[in-house]
Amino acid sequence: MFDVIPNLDLLMPELWLAAGALILLMVGAYAGNRSARVVTGLSVALLVITGVWLLLLTGKGVAFNGAFILDDFARYMKLLALIGSIVAIIMSVGYRDGAHFNRFEYPVLIILATLGMMVMISAGDMLALYLGLELQSLALYVVAALNRDNLKSTEAGLKYFVLGALSSGMLLYGISLVYGFAGHTGYETISDVVTGENRSLGIVFGLVFILAGLAFKISAVPFHMWTPDVYEGAPTPVTAFFASAPKVAAMAMLVRIVMGAFDHITPDWQQVLVFVAIASMVLGAFAAIGQSNIKRLMAYSSIGHMGYALVGLSAGTQAGVTGVTLYMTIYMVMTLGTFACILAMRRSDGNVEQISDLAGLSKNNPILAFFLTVLMFSLAGLPPLAGFWAKYFVFIAAIEAKLFALAVIGVLASVVGAYYYLRIIKTMWFDDAETGFLPMAGELRLVLGISGLFVLFYVLINGTLYNLASSAARSFF
Amino acid sequence: MIDWPILSTVTFLPLAGAIMLMLIRDDSEIARRNIRYVALYTTLFTFVLSLLIWWDFDNANAGFQMIEKFEWIPGGIAYHMGVDGISMLFVILTTFLMPFCILASWESIQNRVKEYMIAFLILECMMIGVFCSLDIVLFYVFFEAGLMPMFLIIGVWGGKRRIYASFKLFLYTFLGAVFMLLAIMAMYWDAGTTDIPELLAHDFPPEMQTWLWFGFLASFAVKMPMWPVHTWLPDAHVEAPTAGSVILAGILLKMGGYGFLRFSIPMFPIATFDYSWLIFTLSVIAIIYTSLVALMQEDIKKLIAYSSVAHMGYVTMGIFSVNANGLQGGIFQMLAHGLVSGALFLCVGVIYDRMHTREISAYGGVVNRMPKYAVAFLIFTMANVGLPGTAGFIGEFLTLVGVFQVNTWVALFATTGVILSAAYALWLYRRVVFGALDKESLKQLLDLDKREKLILYPLVVLVIFFGVYPSPVFDVTAASVDNLITNYNAAIEAVSTLAH
Repeated sequence: MFDVIPNLDLLMPELWLAAGALILLMVGAYAGNRSARVVTGLSVALLVITGVWLLLLTGKGVAFNGAFILDDFARYMKLLALIGSIVAIIMSVGYRDGAHFNRFEYPVLIILATLGMMVMISAGDMLALYLGLELQSLALYVVAALNRDNLKSTEAGLKYFVLGALSSGMLLYGISLVYGFAGHTGYETISDVVTGENRSLGIVFGLVFILAGLAFKISAVPFHMWTPDVYEGAPTPVTAFFASAPKVAAMAMLVRIVMGAFDHITPDWQQVLVFVAIASMVLGAFAAIGQSNIKRLMAYSSIGHMGYALVGLSAGTQAGVTGVTLYMTIYMVMTLGTFACILAMRRSDGNVEQISDLAGLSKNNPILAFFLTVLMFSLAGLPPLAGFWAKYFVFIAAIEAKLFALAVIGVLASVVGAYYYLRIIKTMWFDDAETGFLPMAGELRLVLGISGLFVLFYVLINGTLYNLASSAARSFF
Repeated sequence: MIDWPILSTVTFLPLAGAIMLMLIRDDSEIARRNIRYVALYTTLFTFVLSLLIWWDFDNANAGFQMIEKFEWIPGGIAYHMGVDGISMLFVILTTFLMPFCILASWESIQNRVKEYMIAFLILECMMIGVFCSLDIVLFYVFFEAGLMPMFLIIGVWGGKRRIYASFKLFLYTFLGAVFMLLAIMAMYWDAGTTDIPELLAHDFPPEMQTWLWFGFLASFAVKMPMWPVHTWLPDAHVEAPTAGSVILAGILLKMGGYGFLRFSIPMFPIATFDYSWLIFTLSVIAIIYTSLVALMQEDIKKLIAYSSVAHMGYVTMGIFSVNANGLQGGIFQMLAHGLVSGALFLCVGVIYDRMHTREISAYGGVVNRMPKYAVAFLIFTMANVGLPGTAGFIGEFLTLVGVFQVNTWVALFATTGVILSAAYALWLYRRVVFGALDKESLKQLLDLDKREKLILYPLVVLVIFFGVYPSPVFDVTAASVDNLITNYNAAIEAVSTLAH
């Protein structure tokens, strides 16, 4: 039936997701907010089915003349993004601050953003990349301002929009430069044309602009300014979403563009990424020390973690891409777990966000305190927890690529970063008890439990996950 | 011959105990009693099992024994366990000290007993793992993971400045350890494996050895601790609960020395040869300077902490002389110091539990009320000074002999430390135990109770036993130490023939 477009079956999960999103939108529009719960449930089901479908689509191939690529890497990253989105929707169920979460728009917007991410991850052409990116971003701008009666939330949305538009502009400018000098927008053809010997300055210019635009999306220094404000201003479930799936998708997109299109001019982008990685790690470590709001702290923490992930990508080797893939997996799990804890910081008068509110948590709620402690140690990178292995694999790739300065600065930054994670642990264990939090909602317990156990017992599945990640990374080599 | 995985069993048995404790949800007095007993029996059982390792150990074999090896992460890291003559006794020392730690916390810890015992059992698991690992990444995992429970032990159950002390301990150790991690990665990059036996056989290029050697030094020097990165130790000791101090002085410090023996010397012999002057200098400074600092202390625990730094100076000095006397002496000194300093901290704990102060000036004339305590304390003090007939003498003497063969000046300066250690230890003893009993608060002191006798008397026996009859230790270590020296000399010779 679809003979006109070869290999259309590769996009079936995306098409299904798009159709599902539109149907759910219709349901919501006609049934009004009464249907919010139904739509939420259906959207989780929709995402789960998409994920299963994706798993069933074995093998690799391209569609639309290379504009859409499905390989192991794409499949792995898409599944990760889908999991992130599912968890983000689930975690929003019980959130009632500002009462804007029992609206049907939220899950629909998340689905649309997820669709954008899936296109981004699979994009094999600059234009496909841009389409996916904008679909994702537009949905995210709205979601950031979801709590529209709240000044901070609207500020976050506006800030995100203005800066996001700026970065899209830079990205487009870079794409046009590359197109102008290479004559193509497809990654594969760019890769054929742009080789080490005959690359022109225009290509490098375009590359730098593209990298700048993408650095914004993963909130890497020096394009990170929006992150703390948006993280703090957006409603917490939205922040949890921002910190997980979109980061994974943007990182995957960055990996594919540098490994797929610019793989012959590695030194050109390597120096940019090395700088961005170092700046992100250092800023993430030092700027977080002074924070008192835990969401803001997590923003700086995520800036730092993006720096570590970029350490792996800077290596430009298969080990490096494996490292990034694993890093994003582990980072996402740790982040979602931490945000489940942050969402559980509820007193009778609403959610609280100050680190000092955690005082004495180990007395009031030992289980929550235990899991949050494990997550914090893991974020700090202590073995045998998952966070250590994430860092291990990216740094070993950096050493193999002889990026010694990067590795040394990276581990030093991780020591500085350990300080603020320890500060949270200190607040929970060493300080005197405050009034306890309300009992944790079931869905949050589930998310926290799964991510906590993942982090604790990561050593047992290390081999399996490593094999998956390295077969994903092999897509580029 | 034991054909089941005894090392893994001994390593993870405490963890199983910790998991059992986690399942106890009650916080009544009975529950707390049960928690203490579960912890005690777990550690005792672990100790008994670990004796099986000794029983099964073949003294004549210089290689690794009781090997367990499983593929863990494709392309490198394996779960590889095994012991040789150098590591085996540290395993025993760890399992031996743990029951004392639990007993010492029996009454002094009333707050969050469950979490306390869980932290200690997890810590025990990590410490045993450090000494059993035969994969360098596995070693790092255990080495670093021990920081988490230690951080919580000092931070939650410590004294007034516990937060400062726990952060200082954590950040110092972590900073040192990440350099070791980089060195480990670089070793993997060069040798293509993280397996310790394979790395021991690998020849690293000389200039790379220097970098790697310094990477490891960064970590082990902090852990030992060596001057000038020792400043975290007095803080940590003073603030830690008694059992925490015992573990810190008894085991955690030994990880640094063990690391030198396992990695720095055999894997980077050329760098060791080139930079042993640095270690000698730092050791001599540590011995003399920290002994002088110890003389000035007002706090009993701080004094013992500084004396630990000085004693670790003998260990590093002996180890890096790389001859039979120095190495044997260094290992023996570590074991003896594990017993003696652990015992001294337990002694401090005994009077601290009664008086709740560690100020030396708050005591005086304790012997009048606590004669049994005074005898035990005296024996440990003498062992700390290095009196012949106690365990402390043998290690100190052998390290001095060992270093004398290599560098007379170092030996000369280090020997002054013996005099200084006598000065501060005896002065401490005089001010606390002797003198007139004229402080009102001390007049009601009670002598050792049954539990405290149970803690201190076995240690008294062992300190004297090993002082008179040290061969059980030397029998175990001899083959491995000889092997280490042979390989080291061969490597140095190969380089010097190349140079000529």
